[in-house]
Amino acid sequence: AGAGLAAMVGPGRAETLEPNSWEEITSYNNFYEFGTGKSDPAENAGALTTRPWTVRIDGMVDRPGDYDFDTIMRKMTMEERIYRFRCVETWSMVVPWNGFELADLLDLAGVQDGARYVAFETLFRPTEMPGQRLPILDWPYVEGLRLDEARHPLTIMATGIYGKPLPNQNGAPLRLVVPWKYGFKSIKSVVRITLTDTQPPTTWNTIGPDEYGFYANVNPNVDHPRWSQATERRIGGGLFSRRKPTLMFNGYEAEVASLYEGMDLKKNY
Amino acid sequence: MVVVWINDRLRRIPIWAVYLCGGLYAPYLFWQGATGGLGVEPIRELERALGLFALKLLVAGLAISPARRLAGVNLLRFRRAVGLLAFGYVCVHLLVWLVLDVQSLPLIWADIVKRPYVTIGMAAFVLLIPLAATSNDRSLRRLGPVRWRRLHRLVYPAVLLAGLHYATLVKGLPIQPIAWLAAISFLLMLRLRPFGRPSRV
Repeated sequence: AGAGLAAMVGPGRAETLEPNSWEEITSYNNFYEFGTGKSDPAENAGALTTRPWTVRIDGMVDRPGDYDFDTIMRKMTMEERIYRFRCVETWSMVVPWNGFELADLLDLAGVQDGARYVAFETLFRPTEMPGQRLPILDWPYVEGLRLDEARHPLTIMATGIYGKPLPNQNGAPLRLVVPWKYGFKSIKSVVRITLTDTQPPTTWNTIGPDEYGFYANVNPNVDHPRWSQATERRIGGGLFSRRKPTLMFNGYEAEVASLYEGMDLKKNY
Repeated sequence: MVVVWINDRLRRIPIWAVYLCGGLYAPYLFWQGATGGLGVEPIRELERALGLFALKLLVAGLAISPARRLAGVNLLRFRRAVGLLAFGYVCVHLLVWLVLDVQSLPLIWADIVKRPYVTIGMAAFVLLIPLAATSNDRSLRRLGPVRWRRLHRLVYPAVLLAGLHYATLVKGLPIQPIAWLAAISFLLMLRLRPFGRPSRV
């Protein structure tokens, strides 16, 4: 799997992506289900039970049902994908994910003709997710993609990092990764995937529609109302780390720009 | 009885000890940031920790006169130290933002003009400058107690703006900034005449 990958990881073709360390990737997380602090997920996610785990795939599919995680793993082709990860808060990382293309999982369930969007849902289990006992967000966390975004070969469901199973704080046992969008689109600990013909609600968009759009494509030219998105700081540079320019579509412009042809990205942020 | 005992103990704490203890937190944070103690994104952590500590000191300063009026605990002699420490932490917070975080003067200016939470924070800082500048005995004598006290009421809008600055920079609505804003509002309400006794604040 690794070889074909080098090409995919591409847009950084000139730039070799140096992944962040395991420690960096697993200690600095936004996962409000375990608290709003960056170290809260690493501290509080240990109690989450991730086996057995089923993903309900329903809506406009030929074979709706509860898909067992281990069964999914046996059927999917696992690959390593080294992707840039850009948070809407202007920090970024490079993560060596292990996982499979979301398109393959969708094919397992058989997407019906009229489907246009994919909705995702995170586990709701307040007994193990202390953040969910507080009204920080409207639980459960939900996200969504247009079907063509979901089927794009860069879009994966990640199940590991550095060849190890995904730690709970990173969204175990499986999470979405859409590398050209802000991190909050890459929903964690997914329990439900629903195919629909209407645009599904997404958590941050519901809370702050003027701050977080449905698309949430990384775009240095469209500021967040409260801060600039022109630059980012890569995690791991220490106290004297320099900011660097943020790339259009997080550096995946060549691969994904065609998805948004003719769209006003200032309106569809 | 307890109050008398507390006030007696408090009288024995030298002012310089307050400056020393409060002042040491900044170098401690820098050292933590440089050695990994603030995690993998130390700039943001340092900035937040310094700002939050400044806010706590400002709120503590605001609580000193109600503490005496309502509980009889006398901390008045520490008020100048607390206020000056707060101003010092605001300055270091600002410097970290400028030098380590944004790293560009044009961007700083753009932020001040464009980003409400930065504008609000800067406004709070500007309001505190005359207070820090007149926090010495000579200024008090020159201005006279009435004018000096009137000038130092600027701390009320400054703390309120500082609380707003905190509440408007976060994503979503976490509890901490809201709680601080509530505490500030409460302390400011105590200053309103119908609530407080005479207007000796």
